[in-house]
Amino acid sequence: MDVLVCIKRVPAVGAEILLTADGAAIDTRHLGFTIGPHEECAVEEAVRIAERTGGSAGVLTVGAPETEEQLRYAMSMGADHAVRVDVGADHAAEGDPEATAAAITGALPDLPPYDLVLFGAASADAGHAQVGVRVACALRRPLVGGVKGIEVGDGHVSLRREVGDGVEVHEAPLPAVATVLEGLNLPRYPTIKGRLRAKKAPIRVLPAAPAAGGLRTRRLRHRPEARAETVVLGRGAEAASAVVDVLAEMGMVR
Amino acid sequence: MTPFPDRAQVVVIGAGIVGNSVVHHLTRLGWRDILLLDKGPLPDPGGSTGHASNFVFPVDHSREITLLTGDSMRQYSELGTLTTCGGIEVARTPERVQELHRRMSSARAWGIDAELVTPAEVARDVPFLDPDVVLAGFRTPSVAVVDPLRAGELMRHRATEAGALTVAALTEVLAVETEDGRVRRVRTDRGDVETEFVVVACGVWSPRIARLAGATIPLTPAVHQMIDVGPIAELAATGREIAYPIIRDMDPLMYERQSGADLEIGSYAHRPILCDPDEIPSAATAALSPTQLPFTPDDFDPQMEAALELFGSILDRPDAGIRHAINGLLSLTPDGHPLLGETPEVRGLWSAAAVWIKEGPGVGRLVAEWMTAGAPEIDPHAADIARFAPHERTRAHVRARAAEGFNKTYGITHPREQWTSDRGARRSPFYERERALGAEFFEVAGWERPQWYGANAPLVAELGVEDRPHEWDARWWSPIINAEHLAMRRGVAMIDLSAFTQFDVSGPGALAYVQHLTVAQMDRPVGRVIYTPVLGPDGGFRSDLTVVRLGESHFRVVTGGADGARDLAWFRRHLPGDGSVALADLTSAVCTLGLWGPRARDVLAAVTDDDVSDAAFRFGTARTLVIGSTPVLALRLSYVGELGWELHAPTESGLRLWDTLAEAGAPHGLVPAGIGVYGTTARIEKGYRLMGHELDAEHGPVEAGLALPGLKAQDFVGKAAYTKAREGEPEATLCTIRLDGARDASGMRRYPQGGEPLLTADGARILDRRGRPSYVTSAGAAPSLGTHLLLAYLPPWHAVEGAGLVVEYLGERYPVTVARVGRTPLFDPDDARMRG
Repeated sequence: MDVLVCIKRVPAVGAEILLTADGAAIDTRHLGFTIGPHEECAVEEAVRIAERTGGSAGVLTVGAPETEEQLRYAMSMGADHAVRVDVGADHAAEGDPEATAAAITGALPDLPPYDLVLFGAASADAGHAQVGVRVACALRRPLVGGVKGIEVGDGHVSLRREVGDGVEVHEAPLPAVATVLEGLNLPRYPTIKGRLRAKKAPIRVLPAAPAAGGLRTRRLRHRPEARAETVVLGRGAEAASAVVDVLAEMGMVR
Repeated sequence: MTPFPDRAQVVVIGAGIVGNSVVHHLTRLGWRDILLLDKGPLPDPGGSTGHASNFVFPVDHSREITLLTGDSMRQYSELGTLTTCGGIEVARTPERVQELHRRMSSARAWGIDAELVTPAEVARDVPFLDPDVVLAGFRTPSVAVVDPLRAGELMRHRATEAGALTVAALTEVLAVETEDGRVRRVRTDRGDVETEFVVVACGVWSPRIARLAGATIPLTPAVHQMIDVGPIAELAATGREIAYPIIRDMDPLMYERQSGADLEIGSYAHRPILCDPDEIPSAATAALSPTQLPFTPDDFDPQMEAALELFGSILDRPDAGIRHAINGLLSLTPDGHPLLGETPEVRGLWSAAAVWIKEGPGVGRLVAEWMTAGAPEIDPHAADIARFAPHERTRAHVRARAAEGFNKTYGITHPREQWTSDRGARRSPFYERERALGAEFFEVAGWERPQWYGANAPLVAELGVEDRPHEWDARWWSPIINAEHLAMRRGVAMIDLSAFTQFDVSGPGALAYVQHLTVAQMDRPVGRVIYTPVLGPDGGFRSDLTVVRLGESHFRVVTGGADGARDLAWFRRHLPGDGSVALADLTSAVCTLGLWGPRARDVLAAVTDDDVSDAAFRFGTARTLVIGSTPVLALRLSYVGELGWELHAPTESGLRLWDTLAEAGAPHGLVPAGIGVYGTTARIEKGYRLMGHELDAEHGPVEAGLALPGLKAQDFVGKAAYTKAREGEPEATLCTIRLDGARDASGMRRYPQGGEPLLTADGARILDRRGRPSYVTSAGAAPSLGTHLLLAYLPPWHAVEGAGLVVEYLGERYPVTVARVGRTPLFDPDDARMRG
């Protein structure tokens, strides 16, 4: 079974996020980049399915050449091929889920057919949760969102999601699209061999020029409320009763 | 919470291992009202201490670093934060095997248990290592891992328990205010603190904090990459943080150590990745910590391949993942040494920066002792922050040298190796002439100095000078040096000495001032040239230099280029506050040519109308001469043991001075000679001591053979210790030792370079009663004596002329003979030549 995972390069931020002077974007000068935890689980799942079924696990991203760092990361986890949809340096696909989805949809006909296309439930930075949905709609294929369990059958796939106190299990015919949640599995770390293999692996680059969508990011701003402050409840044994009070307030003790 | 104080005896900024150690030792030495600040949280404020690999290899070629590391290991151990695991440096190449032999010599010199082992023995200790990749190992059983965060906590705790310390975490320093060049106050976001002492122990942030006070701490943050790979069953099965020896895979410049179930791999091989102190992210905005920057995998890939070669059996497993990977920040300096001591710019502002985990506690003790007593037990000479020339403190220079030095961290560095980056900062007016003569330039304090001249190559055959057959012995060396030496002794040579640091002190308090800083009597007739030791308060050497009395209240101080900045800082620091002495740095205003050899007087007489006969111009005096139409201050003295003069001229007249002498000297066989002659061959034949080699804070004038016949009545720095030393017998005496015709096992002539251990004939280490080892402080050819000489301190029972000892050099031992005890030179022992 052949699985494709769509991933997004996002900054790896600390507790506090710096914005650029104009407030239009996150200041990434001193930040590294990664993929979100949902997507890590998606890659892990694709690699496992490919291993189990003797299929393939591909990864795809939309972006500039530097996004190949994330494709190689996914390959060092075990993905066996990678595609970068190049929308050109000055394209505003960043932060534009419609354009991103269009770029992916437009690229798929140039790629071998996949049985399952996985997305993270939402990107780790913008979090619009749109791209997977838009791609599924455009492909007119079934979509299950927020998946925390995948079982591959013959010509179909079972997708499990947690709802309230219960569990839903959906069965979809292949090819299908799913967006997955962290907790689907425990993603592996890249291995040294995997990294060295990924470093040398070719990345297929497909040009695309999707039309801009309707969503525009005007500016970002921090929440106005004061940041969390550390309150010292006391020192040594004398702090005990204050700690109990706090725990009671939180409903942890009755 | 303890209230934030508005006054402190000392403010220590930075709660990493260094700052914690400083407060602990200051407390021990009686300081109170100590305030320790850190911008970050405790116990890990986010600096380099929090992410270091925490292992300690005790052997270094540098004695100072080895002593600091040894002291630190004792402290970590006493705090219960040291785990001994052993360590092995492995060689993959023959060059590295030779270097391991050199490590072995250093281990023996400094008395650290170590041995060279075969690949099979390495694999016995570390069974998952592939022995086929390595040629040899250097095993040090005392290698350990330490817990610097816990050690720091315990040190803080002790100082707090003693009632000496207030700790303020999450406190940002906004300003360090000075008055009259002295620290007065530290302003923080929690209030202002009046203080007279500030210690900057902020690691990679130190330059920023120093700049707040108007001082420089010349370091740059730089990346050191590390990854953790695991879980690895064999490591997890030990159930311990570390159960296997640490491997330093020296040729690919990397290390591997167990860290619980993981193998940690670190590298000094990647491209230098420098960072600016102002660009380090804050604790809140950093993904991991301020000094754990995002990993850049492309830079590390070659190291992964090298690691797979050595540890393929455990790293090449599908479940062994890269669980942690960082670009960790550490501090690099222009010369690789720490930055310790009071900053030359601001009184009371102390630096304790650019320190590795393995030296942290020792540096804390050293700085605390230095602040308390004026002199630490371990000689801080090479780490003294005052050592830099102005251009060496610039960002451009620091970055250039740090970038060049980074890959030398595990490199094989020859003792004479020259830097290649940011050269040419300082050139004498003779530079173009020297270049035309094929000078091979060596650098000191940024000055380009000819070490030898290619144009003198024909002298090698003419004078029958032997080459050195072994590449290591001959590296950064030329037989031309010995040829220039013989040509000088035969005729006359001129030597560019413009790298001297020179300054004038003058004013009504000048005599008392120079008296206070020097051992020799300075109240001599105007025109006298006075060579003198300069001591620290403990009676150890701070410097040796020449003072010329130019007037009743006017002295010229001439000192070496290498130590000039330190000496200048020392003299400036001691200027009286009443303005009665003025100090003027003339280093750039004056150029110097040495003219020496039996024919020197003939050459000088040919270019001046002044009387330069012995009767008119006695040895040890100074006069102004006119050479052509250039007024020159001439000093009749010699560091090469020949008749002659130092000629000091205005820099702008230097070129004409050179040309005049070169032309007049030609008929007398004048040759240009390099510092190879001045600093090594001629010096060592005359037994002259060199600061930083023979002369250090561990030894005083008595042991160095430089005690003066009389003791002056005036007080001076170090007088009490000097007086006491004069009254007793020296524990060690500097000796000149002959190495005659040493040949290695293959029959090749060999030439030790300095730093080697001296052993008894049966191979035992030699220690004096204070535990100081005997090692070669300088080594060099003695062309006029037809031998190779070594200088070394020996305890009285070995300091016996004619006694036989052994020197260990690159894995082999060579017999040597004590040729001279004390200062009397082997060559021309009566100094007849220079007094002629």
